[in-house]
Amino acid sequence: MQNPFGQRRARLLGLSQLRGKTAAPAPAPADEPSPFVACAGCGEALSRSQLKANLGVCPLCGHHHPISAPVRLAALLDENTARPLLCKSGFMIDPLKFSGYAEKLAGLRRKTGLSDAVLAAAGKIDGQSAVVAVMDSRFLMGSMGAAVGETITRTVEYAHRHKLPLIIFCASGGARMQEGAVSLMQMAKTSAALARFSEDGGLYIAVLTHPTTGGVSASFAMLGDITLAEPGALVAFAGPRVIEQTIGEKLPEGFQRAEYLESHGFVDQVVPRGEMKAVLARLLRLHAKGGKRA
Amino acid sequence: MMKELEQRIAALEKQIEELDVSTEVGRLQESQMRRDLAELREAYVPRSAADRVYLARHPARPGITDYIDALFTDFFEQKGDRLCREDGSILGGVALFHGIPVTVIGHRKGKSLTENLACNFGMPGPEGYRKALRLMKQAEKFGRPIITFIDTPGAYPGKEAEERGQAAAIAENLAYMSGLTVPVIAVVTSEGNSGGALALGVANTVLMLENAIYAVLSPEGFASILWKDSSRAAEACEVMKLTARDLLELGLIDGILPEPPGGAHTAPAAVFEALDKELQSRLHALRKMRPAALAAQRYQKFRAMGAQKEDA
Repeated sequence: MQNPFGQRRARLLGLSQLRGKTAAPAPAPADEPSPFVACAGCGEALSRSQLKANLGVCPLCGHHHPISAPVRLAALLDENTARPLLCKSGFMIDPLKFSGYAEKLAGLRRKTGLSDAVLAAAGKIDGQSAVVAVMDSRFLMGSMGAAVGETITRTVEYAHRHKLPLIIFCASGGARMQEGAVSLMQMAKTSAALARFSEDGGLYIAVLTHPTTGGVSASFAMLGDITLAEPGALVAFAGPRVIEQTIGEKLPEGFQRAEYLESHGFVDQVVPRGEMKAVLARLLRLHAKGGKRA
Repeated sequence: MMKELEQRIAALEKQIEELDVSTEVGRLQESQMRRDLAELREAYVPRSAADRVYLARHPARPGITDYIDALFTDFFEQKGDRLCREDGSILGGVALFHGIPVTVIGHRKGKSLTENLACNFGMPGPEGYRKALRLMKQAEKFGRPIITFIDTPGAYPGKEAEERGQAAAIAENLAYMSGLTVPVIAVVTSEGNSGGALALGVANTVLMLENAIYAVLSPEGFASILWKDSSRAAEACEVMKLTARDLLELGLIDGILPEPPGGAHTAPAAVFEALDKELQSRLHALRKMRPAALAAQRYQKFRAMGAQKEDA
C-alpha cells in the first residue's frame, strides 16, 4: 500500500516551496518549516499554530489531519493525570534481519521520541479513570510488529488487572511487513487478550482514525464494545488501490471511509475530533460499572 | 527451476512414449532416456524458498477435499453463514476421525477452472469466515475437536467483501478461536497468507507440511510494498522466512510433516498416511486436557509470539 501521508507531504512540500518563491523575498533556510501549511482537504493555507490549536482539524473544511500520539494523549487525558505504561523491551526485534530495518527503527525512534508506533498511558478523562493506547502513523505508518502487538496486549492486560475501561485509538497501515509472520501472529495475540478482557466484563472502546487498515483492522480495531471513528478516516481490510486492481473497476466516492462504515453497520458513531473527549467521557459515565463485574 | 524441470520431465516422458522400440536402436535410445528421466526426477526437489512456494501453489497439490476423502469418514458438509450467503472458498462440516466426531473446516481452491471460480480461488469473503465461526460455535457446543486446513492466497480484496466487514469477520474469528475449550489443530497444507489464513489458525497445535508456506502476505505483495516491485517476488521468498522450517525456528508452529522429495503431489498417499498418524497422536494428547486447560494452553502459545522468552 502506498503511504498516503508520503503523498500528502510531497504535495505540501511542493506548495510551501511555491509559496516561498512568490511571497518571501529571501528564501527561508531549508530546515526551517514554513509557518503555513496547505489543508489536505480544501487546500487553503492554514497557519501551523492555528492548526495545532485546533488539534489538526481544518477550521475551514473540517478535514482531520493526522496528529501524533503524544499530542492526542495530552488533549484527551486530564491535566497531570497521565501515567505512561512503558513497554520498551521484551519483544522480538527484527526476526527477519530485514535489510535496513534496524537502522530505520533507530532513526524513527530519534525523530519521534517514541519507542514504536504506539503509546499507552493510564489517566483520567473528565475525572474518570481509563487506560488509553494511541497509535502513531509517523512511525512506519503505525504498522503492527512485535512491539506494537506486545504493547497493545500489555495495555489490555493492565486494564484487565486493574478493572479499568480501555480505549484504543487505531491508526495503522496494517501488519509490519519487515517482521514477517511474527507480525501476523500479533493479530491473534491482541485479539485473544481482548477476548479475555471482554469475557470478564471489561469495556473496550475502539476509535478508528485515519487510516485503520490491514492486520490492525482485522484484529483489535474491530473488537470494540463501542466503535467510534473520526470523520473521513479510511477503514479497510484491503486498501482501495488493491481492490481496484483486483476487480478492475473504480470504487464509489467515500468507499471505506468512516461515514461509509457507519452507514454499513460497522461503526456506532462518527465523532469529530473536537467532540471526542466529551463523547468518551459520556461513554465512561454510561458504563460506570463497566469492567467491575469480576 | 522446478517448473523448468517439470517441463523437461514431461517432454521426455512424451518422447519415450513415442519411441519405436521394435528396433535395437530404439531400445537403446529408450534405456538412455529412462536413465535421463530418473536423473531429472531426482533433481526435482525444492532447493530454495521460492521452489517451496512453487510447490505450495502447484495445481496438482492435494486440497481440502483430498484430505477429507483420505482422512475422514461420514463427512457431512454444512453450508452457509446464516446471514448472507454460502461462500465456497471455505468448506466445512462434521466428520468422523477414527470414530471420533470432529468439525473440519478449511480453505477450498477447487481443482478445475470451473471449481476455482466457484471457490474464488480459495479467497474467502466475510461470509466464509462467518460460516467457519458458526461451525466452530457448534463444535464448542457439542464438545467436538476442530481440525482446520489452511490453503489460501489470502482473504478476498473485493468491494462486497469490504462492505460486509471482511476485517470484522476475521477479527471475530481470532477472538473466538482463542477462547475455545475444545481441541483445535490447524494444518497449513499449502499456502497460508495474511489474516485470511490466520482466521482459521488460532489452534492448540499448528502443523505445516514441509513445502507449505505461512506468511504475513504473498511474496508478490511483500515485494510490491517494500520494494515497490512485485517482480522481485522470488527474492522476497528468500527473506520472508515463510517456510515450515523458518516458522518452526521462530516458534510460530509446532511441527512439520515431511513430504516426498518432489512435493506432496508426487506421492499424496504417503502424505495422507503421515498426516493421519500425526493428527491421531496430537489429538490423543489434546483430548486428555481439560477444557479450561485447552483454552489456557492456546492463549499462552499465542501470547508468547513476538515476546522475548524472559518477558513472556
